[in-house]
Amino acid sequence: MEPVIVTEKLTKKFDDFVAANELTFEVGKGEIFGFLGANGAGKTTAMRMLCGLLKPSSGKATVTGFDIYTQTEQIKKNIGYMSQKFSLYDNLTVKENIRFYGGIYGMRRKEIAVKTDELLSMLQLQGEAKTLVSELPLGWKQKLAFSVSIVHDPSIVFLDEPTGGVDPVTRRQFWDQIYYAADKGVTVFVTTHYMDEAEYCNRVSIMVDGVIAALDSPAALKKQYHSSSMQDVFYQLARNAKRKAD
Amino acid sequence: MRTLIFLLEKEFRQMMRNKQLMSLLIIAPLIQLILLPLAANYSVKNINIAIVDNDHSTISQRMIHKITASGNFRLTGYANNYNDALKMVEEDKADLILQIPANFEKNLVRENHNQVYLAINAIEGTKANLGGGYLASILRDFNENIRVNWVNPGTNNTPQVVVASTNWYNPYMNYHLYIVPAILVSLITSISAMQSAFNIVQEKESGTIEQINVSPIRKHIFITGKLIPFLVLGIFLFTLGLLAGWLFYGIVPVGKLYVLYISLVVYLFTMLGLGLLISTYSNSHQQALSLSFFFINIFNIMSGTFNSVDSMPGWAKTLVSVFPPSHFIRITRMVMLKGSSLADISGHLAAIFLIGLILNTWAVLNYHKTA
Repeated sequence: MEPVIVTEKLTKKFDDFVAANELTFEVGKGEIFGFLGANGAGKTTAMRMLCGLLKPSSGKATVTGFDIYTQTEQIKKNIGYMSQKFSLYDNLTVKENIRFYGGIYGMRRKEIAVKTDELLSMLQLQGEAKTLVSELPLGWKQKLAFSVSIVHDPSIVFLDEPTGGVDPVTRRQFWDQIYYAADKGVTVFVTTHYMDEAEYCNRVSIMVDGVIAALDSPAALKKQYHSSSMQDVFYQLARNAKRKAD
Repeated sequence: MRTLIFLLEKEFRQMMRNKQLMSLLIIAPLIQLILLPLAANYSVKNINIAIVDNDHSTISQRMIHKITASGNFRLTGYANNYNDALKMVEEDKADLILQIPANFEKNLVRENHNQVYLAINAIEGTKANLGGGYLASILRDFNENIRVNWVNPGTNNTPQVVVASTNWYNPYMNYHLYIVPAILVSLITSISAMQSAFNIVQEKESGTIEQINVSPIRKHIFITGKLIPFLVLGIFLFTLGLLAGWLFYGIVPVGKLYVLYISLVVYLFTMLGLGLLISTYSNSHQQALSLSFFFINIFNIMSGTFNSVDSMPGWAKTLVSVFPPSHFIRITRMVMLKGSSLADISGHLAAIFLIGLILNTWAVLNYHKTA
């Protein structure tokens, strides 16, 4: 499998605090890569470095072949990102949000119009095209935010706790969307706290205190830690964490 | 370029959709512009005066009558002695005490001169200064009359220098002509610098800025897209202000409108740059508000809205010369009252532009898409 993310000893320090310590891993094209860890373990920091939002302190990394120190703007053209914070404009309608984000990725009006129809029908939101995003229920907003983050057909999408606070049915639908995108060749890099979601991933890495404590497929991890569930694997690793959750 | 259009489309949509803010942005400045010139007036009226008349003569009566008839003074009351009058000052019922000594008239006629005693409550500086000045000039005038009519009737041998002055550009010293342009500028100042700062901080607070930063949008395009809507808003509000000045105070700019508008655009460029700079240093509304309030407060007090910059100490004048509003207030007054041309104001305009260039460059450099 051809790797799209390659990191080597990637490290981020904030003063004396080592948020991410010598992370080395690869993510292959079309893979759904789960990034697990307790609060404060360093997941978001790692993700922000890969997205070009944060400059690393040391180590090497490339995303879609571009260097994360010098080629952040090229990386930005090829990735999508959905942050932990809500990322759509509340006072714009569903359609206007799609148009704006398509526009800042350099898409043409025609392309955007076609894409909008496609997204709305996939999300079954045709009736809500002119609804303000603030009036949508949270689950719909999250599904819409995901669609918007891949509106420009990126090769990788980074999802930072995309399903926080979302009901189980909607979470399931959200993962259907993820599978659909992965089928089309989009690499999905996702952080989550839900262990059932971890089971959906091709491979999972578990971060503890800024380092990657385990990295493998869910099945292999369960075997290695003699557990029946990812919940148990995570618990065995995370309970030894020294860092306080934030 | 195409990206910029998408950005502008979004900004204008959001601006129009925020009806509450828009009506506030339009109505609040208009109310201020209409009300403030009526209230913020330097001609002091209603100075409360307490009089201790120990003479009770015709001449003291005349003097008191002359003072109360001037229209600037309101007679709080007569006191029997100075201490009673001082009590009135302490109770804030009187601002001035005029004490006329016993035998004032008798001594005046006999010895050809006499003294009255004037005590001024200087807590309210302006009122005290002007009140004292008014009273002194009334008494001087009264003095002349006595000299002519009483002491030496029929002759007036004192040689006098009479100063005849004309007030250019504002012949009747109409305070509105002076204050309306300045208030207009201070309103534009607050709105442009604050609103642009709030707008970007809003994106930081809601988290949408992350989504922008992770996109390939160029940062100068993003910033231009943020500034243009406020430039348009500023021009719109300034026009509304000019119209209000004309409707309510009959103020029509003597100079060319295009001179005024060219200066306005340069000024907005500068103040929006300040707002932008503030936003790059603030992560919350509270921080942005505190920072912009700090600057706007200083600007309003020090840029010559109410008081003259020329009478400030040297160091303050130097400091004020880097405040963009001080130049723009001068420009608006020069153009609106004197009819100054683009060449006349070019020095001030260049100063504003230079400051704007520095602020905007600083802001762009300080805005990082990557932390």
